[in-house]
Amino acid sequence: MAQLELTINGERRSAEVHPGAFLADVLRETFGLTGTKIGCNEAECGICTVLVNGMPVNSCIYPALKAHGAHVETVEGLARNGVLHPLQQAFIDHGAVQCGFCTPGLIMTAKALLDANPNPSEDDIKHALKDTYCRCTGYVSVIHAIQDAAARLRGEPPVPPSLPQTKTPLRVVGQPLPRPDAVAKVTGAARYTDDYVFPNMLHAATLRAGIPHARIRRIDVSKARALPGVHAVLTHEDVPGSKNHGLVYNDWPVLCYDKVRYVGDAVAIVAAETREIAEQALRLIEVEYEPLPVVDDPVAALQPGAPKVHEQGNLLKHIHVEKGDLEAGFAEADVIVEGEYQTATTEHAFLEPECAIGRVTDDGRVEVYVGSQIPYADRRQVAAALGVPEDRVRIIGTLIGGGFGGKEDIAGQIHVALLARATGQPVKMLYRRSESLIFHPKRHAVRFKVKVGAKRNGRFTAMRIELWGDTGAYASLGDKVMTRAATHASGPYEVPNVRIDCYAVYTNNVPAGAFRGFGVTQSAFAIESAIDELAQRLRLDPIHIRRLNALRVGSVTNTGAVIRESAGLLECIARVEESLKQEGTPWVFRKADVPNKVYAWGFATAYKNTGLGGGAPDRSEVEVEAFTDGSVEVRTSAAEIGQGLVGVLASIAAEELGVPYERARVLLSDTDLTPDGGPTTASRQTYVTGNAARLASIQLRQRLAAVAAEMLDAPVESLRFADGWVRHHGRAVAFGEVVAQAHREGIRTRLSHLYEAPKTQPLGTGGDMHFAFSYAAQAALVEVDLETGEARCLKIISATDVGRAINPLALQGQIEGGIVMCLGNALTEEFIQEKGVPFTNRFARYKMPSIRHTPQIISHIVEDAAAEGPYGAKGVGEISSIPTTPAITNAIYAATGVRVRKLPVDQDWLLRQLRAQREG
Amino acid sequence: MREAYHIPSTLEEAARLLARYGGAARVVGGGTDFFVDEGHQDVSALVDVTRLEGLSDVSYHPPFVVIGCGATHSRIVASPLIQQRGTALAEACGQIGGPQVRNVATLAGNIAHALPAADGTLALLALGGEVMVAWAEGDALRTEWRALAQMFLGPGRSAIDSTRHIIAAMRFLPTGEREASAFARVMRPQGVALPIMGLAVRVRLGEDLATVESATVTAGPAGPVPFCARQCAQVLQGRPLNERVIAEAGEALLAEAQLRDSPHRATRAYRAQVLPVLLRRALHAAYRRAQAAQHQYA
Repeated sequence: MAQLELTINGERRSAEVHPGAFLADVLRETFGLTGTKIGCNEAECGICTVLVNGMPVNSCIYPALKAHGAHVETVEGLARNGVLHPLQQAFIDHGAVQCGFCTPGLIMTAKALLDANPNPSEDDIKHALKDTYCRCTGYVSVIHAIQDAAARLRGEPPVPPSLPQTKTPLRVVGQPLPRPDAVAKVTGAARYTDDYVFPNMLHAATLRAGIPHARIRRIDVSKARALPGVHAVLTHEDVPGSKNHGLVYNDWPVLCYDKVRYVGDAVAIVAAETREIAEQALRLIEVEYEPLPVVDDPVAALQPGAPKVHEQGNLLKHIHVEKGDLEAGFAEADVIVEGEYQTATTEHAFLEPECAIGRVTDDGRVEVYVGSQIPYADRRQVAAALGVPEDRVRIIGTLIGGGFGGKEDIAGQIHVALLARATGQPVKMLYRRSESLIFHPKRHAVRFKVKVGAKRNGRFTAMRIELWGDTGAYASLGDKVMTRAATHASGPYEVPNVRIDCYAVYTNNVPAGAFRGFGVTQSAFAIESAIDELAQRLRLDPIHIRRLNALRVGSVTNTGAVIRESAGLLECIARVEESLKQEGTPWVFRKADVPNKVYAWGFATAYKNTGLGGGAPDRSEVEVEAFTDGSVEVRTSAAEIGQGLVGVLASIAAEELGVPYERARVLLSDTDLTPDGGPTTASRQTYVTGNAARLASIQLRQRLAAVAAEMLDAPVESLRFADGWVRHHGRAVAFGEVVAQAHREGIRTRLSHLYEAPKTQPLGTGGDMHFAFSYAAQAALVEVDLETGEARCLKIISATDVGRAINPLALQGQIEGGIVMCLGNALTEEFIQEKGVPFTNRFARYKMPSIRHTPQIISHIVEDAAAEGPYGAKGVGEISSIPTTPAITNAIYAATGVRVRKLPVDQDWLLRQLRAQREG
Repeated sequence: MREAYHIPSTLEEAARLLARYGGAARVVGGGTDFFVDEGHQDVSALVDVTRLEGLSDVSYHPPFVVIGCGATHSRIVASPLIQQRGTALAEACGQIGGPQVRNVATLAGNIAHALPAADGTLALLALGGEVMVAWAEGDALRTEWRALAQMFLGPGRSAIDSTRHIIAAMRFLPTGEREASAFARVMRPQGVALPIMGLAVRVRLGEDLATVESATVTAGPAGPVPFCARQCAQVLQGRPLNERVIAEAGEALLAEAQLRDSPHRATRAYRAQVLPVLLRRALHAAYRRAQAAQHQYA
């Protein structure tokens, strides 16, 4: 051990540290300054940035001893006497905080910039934050926040955020309000799972298979168990209950028992006094494998004789969509285009790696602390594996550092519960980035065959689409994802004759499951590319052909549902078209000073279901309680993954109960304290849980109104609940007073409401497969360097129909973040696997968009209300990301004449295509 | 397990520490590559050479520009001397990582890592860089200047044994009148965070400000070690820098460079297409600068 003395945030500190320790670990573990987050341990993501003698460094690989004698600044040191630093305030005001996990790193990197440069240009900001990643915001709000903070620091007035035009707000709903958790997130006070520490806590590690497919012959853990400091080593023999878990199909071993089916499969788990000892113990476990042939491609996996991933065969699900008479439709067509497309496996790259803590309470119940998208599904699966009733398990949701669908499946939840029971001590399991990458389900790589027929005027007559989705080793949500891919495969258009066949197929790749867009991201690329090709063949305007066929009220979808309302696609198209006219540039153009570059626009549209659909009951329960201090609390188990649900629920309760927004608290995801809000997936929470919160709040208001009516001697109908008061003409009584009076009368001021969304129909039975759809249109401006093949997206014009903007600030963040995420899907991101072995086992091998990729975004909001949605709102989490990829690839076609058929766009390939084109 | 992390304050002390460990300790600079590579966990002691007296900055010791082994990329980029008279090096170092990495990573570390496409190394090589190697012999400190080109054995294999030797400093002759340098590279946004082709040039023009009096061209990855393209430079020598000559130089460069397919980074065919593009871009930039440097150092 060595002595470390340094000044942290102006305070002298000292400690004995290990010579190999890094600064981030010492700050977090020795000094308890958990505001500094660790995202990758490889100096790639930048979120661990702190300032050492004023200089930003990646503290995750900065030797702690190198900071001896230095002044270190962390996010905890920015606020002074409870007053936020202008950067912190500006991040809140501009909505530059979503999940909050990267926020400390962004703020500290920005602070170093502003210390050196009080008036940075946008380029200066992009230069300084180049390697500080954020997966939620898309960086637009970050840039604005830094510019605003710079202005404030120069003594200039704050620059308000520029927000899209939306409907006239109500008292609270529709107002651009800051997130309730924003202050905690900008000060470093916000606690994510790894920030929790319990007395006597052990640290766990997982032995992963390391090979993609093998039979297990023997597991010997005796040496690992004998290692000093090791408290437990568990294998499948130690799983008392269900040996498998799974969200839809129970096919995923808690700990592998007969075979391993992918590299990330868990074989054994260890709890030890330190993480290092736990990892050392893993190396002492002997596993004898009989390697089996590997299948790594969904089409090959369906061939006779292909290696079987599961006994019942490799086909997880065949999904069939049929409408009209396909042959007649093609016979009627004047022109037919056919093409094959391929999308890549992609990674959520949420910046917080998975972490779970298990502990056993005095009464023998098991508690699991975890940032999960589906707490009640966790409870069910943990209880099943332990072989105990569900009420013996409590899931306590912590803050979540990004999810995007990647935190729906079980990660360490069951393992820490098993280890806590085995050791009697709290156990923390934190995945390293390298482990997170090879373990958790990804976006499905999908292969498409697309055939589209149209009349000369552009009207579609028939579409035949086949899809093969690589769902990897386990089902996860593969069935549901590929169903959504299939039903959305013909795009947001009315097509009279459609046949779609989709195959979700097991392979020995890393499993694929939920990822923002849920299969529709992939389908949109294929169909929007094909339609672009069709428009070009017919010499039709690419916007016109989409408008001609767009779904509208009265249209019948490919599953036979009639669109009856809230179909804002035509308006989205019109808004983008209008903006394009204002741009005033031709569709394709060049600039005299850069002869090697060509610029062009591309266009695409999309739609996305809100809610589970397909006949699945879609429910959410919310409890609302009013207190005598005038505050209210909304409780439900639904995940805040950065998207802003806490703000939405607070707004709704404040609106309906007439209390100030700041007085509405939200408690999420504690299965003992909060009822089930259902999964945070399918863009459903604003609609389903939002409605539950709205209806619960209305009922509570009615109950309180009866009390207030007595107090004010006024008819119930004439009372107004607003700003923390209940009013009748000139007279008023404080909301908290009404609550107190209710209590005196023995009336409870807590109630819950179980909301059930409109019933839907299973695929193939006709009728409404979904209760609402959101729509979007986007135009992308790209720049292609004809000498190097490099393609960049410079601008996105977007219009999104969300029914109603509950909070325009949060909504804008969702839209910008979605666009930039799928700009990555188009241009940078690919999770590479070679024969089932991930090449992408580090962040340095997965390039997600950095701030330098952020295009200019012009975002329009269309509010075509959904009658049943809260205030007309419908889903928003996924829709904005879906048209981005094809808008970009269609623009690349317009620029170069090269049709992108495989994602992501590869500059190497593109340049060779350009050369081939030139040569003939 | 790591037993010690030493931060000596003089070169002598650093060299003696290494000698004392007799091969069990090794030199570390900023560690931005070293600490990411999980293969080094068995090294028991590290000797951090970023804080050695007189060796943490850029200085001018006529006729040389000298860069200490503790000089970070940020220091190099910020040095007016290097910006003006070793421009390629400032450009190359400015493109590595983000500020957090550049604030810590050193050029000496970049050279020790011996990657054939290392940006800073390619630029220093084009500038005709030399490296001062230091070691302890008994109580005596030994130092020796060697040509940078001799520092590399193969991809990731340095001629320096970092358990015994320290790259203490780098130096080059600054560009002078009618002379300039430039760096150009191309990255691939998918796959691996490594440049797929980088190139640096140093050009001196004749009195007519049109003819190339002398040129150095380096490129990578174009072989197992950072590559100096002598044939290409030969083509440029004594010729006016017009498009025809540049194209000819590009062909010579392609003929001598060993380009290859590297999975998830680039195909050989792609590299062959962009290498002449980078050459043209760098030559244009250096040419413009050299013309502007006409009277600067008179």
